[in-house]
Amino acid sequence: MTDNQYYYAVARIRSRELSLLNQSFIDQLLGAKSMDEAMRLLQDKGWHMPDEYTTESDRVEKMLSVEKKKTWDLIGELVDDMSVFDVLLIENDYHNLKAAVKEALTSDIHMDIFSGGGTIEPRVMEEAVKTRDFSPLPDEMEPVAEKALETLLHTHDGQLTDVIIDKAALIAIGKAAKKSGSPVLELYAGLKVASADIKIAIRAVKTGKDKNFIREALAPCDTLNTERLAEACGEGMDAIYDYLSLTEYSDAVPELKKSPSAFERWCDNLIIRNIRSEITHPYTLGPLAAYIIARENEISTVRIVLSGLINDLPEQSVRERAREMYV
Amino acid sequence: MGIALALLGAASAALFAGIGSAIGVGRAGQAAAGLVTEDPTQFSRALILQLLPGTQGIYGLLIAFIALSNIGLLGGTVDTGMSVGTGLMYLFACLPMAFVGLVSAMQQSKASVASIGLVAKRPDQFGKSMIFPAMVETYAILALLVSILAINGIK
Repeated sequence: MTDNQYYYAVARIRSRELSLLNQSFIDQLLGAKSMDEAMRLLQDKGWHMPDEYTTESDRVEKMLSVEKKKTWDLIGELVDDMSVFDVLLIENDYHNLKAAVKEALTSDIHMDIFSGGGTIEPRVMEEAVKTRDFSPLPDEMEPVAEKALETLLHTHDGQLTDVIIDKAALIAIGKAAKKSGSPVLELYAGLKVASADIKIAIRAVKTGKDKNFIREALAPCDTLNTERLAEACGEGMDAIYDYLSLTEYSDAVPELKKSPSAFERWCDNLIIRNIRSEITHPYTLGPLAAYIIARENEISTVRIVLSGLINDLPEQSVRERAREMYV
Repeated sequence: MGIALALLGAASAALFAGIGSAIGVGRAGQAAAGLVTEDPTQFSRALILQLLPGTQGIYGLLIAFIALSNIGLLGGTVDTGMSVGTGLMYLFACLPMAFVGLVSAMQQSKASVASIGLVAKRPDQFGKSMIFPAMVETYAILALLVSILAINGIK
């Protein structure tokens, strides 16, 4: 689909952007003294309020899953070919593949371990893994599923299985982004892969993994030299920081030194800052992709704030985790 | 041959400017529909912005009428023996409106689409939002003037 076909869609998204949560609303939400107050604020913004729930966490998750569905339902109305947004959904597919492969080791069925919102029905994936017939899966996922299952059955090493699937997911995200032809999605995928590689490197050093394991785990990345990153892993944490200081991710180093969650926040904020220019683009796919990313970002921020309230965390510590908003 | 060239000029003005306007109004109409889907109260504002790229089609029609009238086709006094030189003069006189009409309508529609986005975000800025596509209109009006002056100058 060419960019010329998004006039209607972008005009609708422009109106919808008015109801996105902004920074001052997040500050207000952070200042809420109780769950009820926070939920009331969200309700005033048009967010779904579940009638039935068992716990406060259940209430929050139900609300957020409806909000997520609302976003994708809207995009489904606006775009005929949803495959352009595969880059945003593929992660869920590979998460479900992980779940299906691990479930294959047990005889039980646990549908609750699968997450919705992927491009493949979790049941299809579960059936493919259970029957060892991977043909219903996309071509690029077929060999990954087979290799991951074989690895898990032979080694019972869940971590190695995760590495195989995570790397394949990152490669698939990169490919889907290039296929979409959208600069926003390519940027998103690039940052996603780079941040995942950095996280893998940091975790590998902390857990004392060898260079071969790290080389196997790192996904090819346009903005990072994975070979140099793997070498740095062998030399220790400071070598990773030194290498990253020479890349466009130098600002990430202080955040990495603080905590993994500070780095996660930095990555999410970086994506939001980079896509913010889409607010002014009048008719390309970019504003649609940016809207989805912005919605996902506000949903994860609301989750952080409400979890803080449920667990009675200090406002300051929640504030440090809250993401920057798109509008 | 001369009369055929003159007719070609008149037809080009109506044809190309009309094509530009059809594309432009259609494009802006999609954006307008998107805005009204979300906020039906913006209908009149969206409609005005949608119509802005439609003026080139009207200018093209006007030039075609003036050319046809001068040729004598509308009054039934057509000069079938018109020289090739005169026919070419009519053809070239109509071309500014034809080409500028086509391009300006398509470009104006992009400005209209962007302005519809502006109205979606800030309905109170409707007045300003009209100015951006209206600026493109300047060039269609200049082409219209040149075509009128050129046609009227043909003896």
